[in-house]
Amino acid sequence: MKTNINHELVVQALKNGTVIDHIPSDKLFQVVSILALHTMPNQITIGNNLESKKLGIKGIIKISDVFFTPKEVNKIALIAPNAKINIIKNYEVIKKVELVIPDEIKDTLQCINPMCITNKEHVPTHFYFIDKKKRLAKCHYCERICKDEDLMLK
Amino acid sequence: MKNKSLVSISDFSKEDILRILVEAEKFENNPNTRILEGKVIAMLFFEPSTRTRLSFETAVNRLGGRVIGISDAATSSSTKGETLNDTIKMVSGYADLIIMRHHIDGAARYASEVSAVPIINAGDGSNQHPTQTMLDLYSIKKTQATLENLQISLVGDLKYGRAVHSLVIAMSHFNPSFHFVSPPELQIPDSYKLLCNKQGISYKQYVEISEAINKADILYMTRVQRERFTDPVEYEKVKNTYVLKNAMLENSKQNLRILHPLPRVNEIDMDVDTNPKAYYFEQARNGVYVRQAIICSILGLL
Ligand SMILES: [Zn+2]
Repeated sequence: MKTNINHELVVQALKNGTVIDHIPSDKLFQVVSILALHTMPNQITIGNNLESKKLGIKGIIKISDVFFTPKEVNKIALIAPNAKINIIKNYEVIKKVELVIPDEIKDTLQCINPMCITNKEHVPTHFYFIDKKKRLAKCHYCERICKDEDLMLK
Repeated sequence: MKNKSLVSISDFSKEDILRILVEAEKFENNPNTRILEGKVIAMLFFEPSTRTRLSFETAVNRLGGRVIGISDAATSSSTKGETLNDTIKMVSGYADLIIMRHHIDGAARYASEVSAVPIINAGDGSNQHPTQTMLDLYSIKKTQATLENLQISLVGDLKYGRAVHSLVIAMSHFNPSFHFVSPPELQIPDSYKLLCNKQGISYKQYVEISEAINKADILYMTRVQRERFTDPVEYEKVKNTYVLKNAMLENSKQNLRILHPLPRVNEIDMDVDTNPKAYYFEQARNGVYVRQAIICSILGLL
């Protein structure tokens, strides 16, 4: 019960900025990392293991005065494709952002192949999503196809 | 294709493939020319491969080009801690073309991005070996007079076999029917079945080699290696079941030809060698002509 109250307070407190909701709890800190939130000076509130009807427990992140580009926000689709992104202006949701898996992504995922050049030398990773529905990503270098469960952040 | 690296067989379109095969035939008819006179070709073999190196060196020498290079990791800069980036940048200042073999997957693609001159991938780890694929295609076309609508049986380690994977990709342009024969542990990966489904290519999977011989136009044999098995008992069970013997070819098609990327261990019995359907040694020789055609094409000399 207490977590619910906190949760509502957390949401209501944001005046302008971005809310990322319905993050699976075990992915919350990966979302923090993929958006590099730890390097931002803005006010950020993070809630985790909150009760959720859909997920059981969930995480939520609120970032004040930050509005991501689609390219940035779509990185979330790699790890939490069902997260909900709301843009808040003056305490109101003015836009819900649809997450789209990008065609290609650089320097974000890690190749699962230990013999890949990106795991051996200082080479930024580069993947193509060859099947977005099944979330299959092909490494530009070693050509290994990483399945959904193999997708790892660097 | 001029100045474009050849890293993966998927870098070649169907038209590229057919054009190279036509040029390779010209080199087969006339292998000695001076077309590479004045050119320096660097051979960077970070991993030893005598067979492939000999084939490339023969190709360059028959064209009148000069070869520089390193032939094994013991003498190479990489053992002194130099990065691949630095080695390639330095050598691309010396040579007109770099032919490289490397034990790391994706090394050739990366090299092609930092090199000032084109790269030909002569094998990058377990990933790609496109000139092998091109010589396989040349051998298939030469023995069957076409690449279209063939029955191709692939036998052995289909899970890790680099030659098999690239051949499946390349042949997918030509409406083949595939027969995949392997132990259950070493089946063709799903991504290749997906490719077949996408392209409307029919394929069947078998465990018994006998089921895929008599319908085949091409029987492509590969090694089944002990180290690929997680369970040594499984290896002992199958190690002698993927061996081709002459007697098994009795009811095979007249036009059947047997290919193998070589070296073989025991997967083709020596008694097959005298059968006119055995083609693996000619196949290796075809590699020289195909490599001549690829080198000249990339250097814009054709
Ligand atoms: Zn990779």
